[in-house]
Amino acid sequence: MLAAAWLVARKDLAIEFRTRTAFLSALVFALLGVTIFYFAWDATAVAAADLAPGVLWVIFTFAGLLGLQRSFGSELADRAVDGLLGAPITRESIYLGKALANLVFVAGILVVTIPAVVLFYNLPLGGGIAALAGIAALAAVGLVAVGTLFSAMAVNTRMAELLLPMLSLPFFVPVVMAAAQSSARLMAGRPVAEAWPWLRILVAFDIVFVTACTLAFPFTLDE
Amino acid sequence: MRTFGGRRAVDSVSFTLHAGDCLALFGPNGAGKTTLLRMLAGLLAPGQGTVRVNGIPIKEGAAARAQVGLVSHASMLYGVLTARENVEFAARLYGLPDPRDASMRALQLMRVEDRADAPARTLSRGLQQRVSIARAMVHSPKLLLCDEPYTGLDDAGSAALTAALTALREGGAALLLVTHNLTEGLALATQAAIMRRGRFVRHEARDLLDVRAYQSQYRELAAMHD
Repeated sequence: MLAAAWLVARKDLAIEFRTRTAFLSALVFALLGVTIFYFAWDATAVAAADLAPGVLWVIFTFAGLLGLQRSFGSELADRAVDGLLGAPITRESIYLGKALANLVFVAGILVVTIPAVVLFYNLPLGGGIAALAGIAALAAVGLVAVGTLFSAMAVNTRMAELLLPMLSLPFFVPVVMAAAQSSARLMAGRPVAEAWPWLRILVAFDIVFVTACTLAFPFTLDE
Repeated sequence: MRTFGGRRAVDSVSFTLHAGDCLALFGPNGAGKTTLLRMLAGLLAPGQGTVRVNGIPIKEGAAARAQVGLVSHASMLYGVLTARENVEFAARLYGLPDPRDASMRALQLMRVEDRADAPARTLSRGLQQRVSIARAMVHSPKLLLCDEPYTGLDDAGSAALTAALTALREGGAALLLVTHNLTEGLALATQAAIMRRGRFVRHEARDLLDVRAYQSQYRELAAMHD
């Protein structure tokens, strides 16, 4: 199953690397968002450490959605998905492969966005950068787990661009909330231990939804 | 059997193909031929009944799907990837030991190896069809399902396809060939069937056919409104 998942992920990443349209769109959106929020920020009214986490995770959510929109688009263009479904691989490995490719995509966005936020808001992260990277990783897994499933569900409908955010955003709330609260504490210079309750929510969300979405995925593709 | 809404797209269809058999399936548009093919390929679950390949139910086993190849209406190709990458990806999915070599051999079989490094979206419809057929055959399937495979092919492509199908059949594979072209279909067939409203209205061995009478009946059936 993992070998097949890796094949699917590699294929998706090769396609995205050739076109780069979705990645560049998401990246430009993220950087524009950081810039616009910065210029809209009144530093005398709100401290940087209070605003930056919200900016980071809102931008992460919507930039991630841009990537998730294209996840199954390439499969439906010429019914390439029939080649995947007819192959001797499990449906679960298709899901894991797609999720892995989406995770790389989202991680690529975060690698640029987090330093941009730190730079714009002049945040003194210091030793907290590793903890922030961990929070980002957990949040990315949660977002991708749910988003990949709903992307498969939405892609066959006429209003996929609207349906995916409508389905996904309610499920993203726990991820965004936990990520924002835990990273707010880090950015305010608080000990990592204060973020543990929120990190536990992220870990639990990831375990539950990676499992549930993997099990539910076959029902989204089988007719 | 398979229904869509209240309509039976495939109804009471039952047949057996042995190694080396080729069933040419004819029928008017909307007869259920494509639905039948998708069920045989494991892409559509039957409402009732079972599809077995070498005794293995198609929906239950990757082992069954590993023996099936499908040439569909759509190319089933990734436009951004090259012809070779598309076929090689299929070869890897089917677990072939040397996917790169296998993909080049398949492209050579369909005489499209000189465009191996061209992105699939830059190829003409006919060349895409050849690559699609190469993709379906790369793993030497025991059952090859072809939905109007000659569509878009020129004379060279048609000749390559006929040669490849003949070689597959002689190697012990079974073929199911959906086509509107009676001449093409009957040339390769060991069995022939006409499908209408989800059922086989005729199904017999090729040897027993009077071709002219068959063509006449097929034209009558095709002209009927469903």
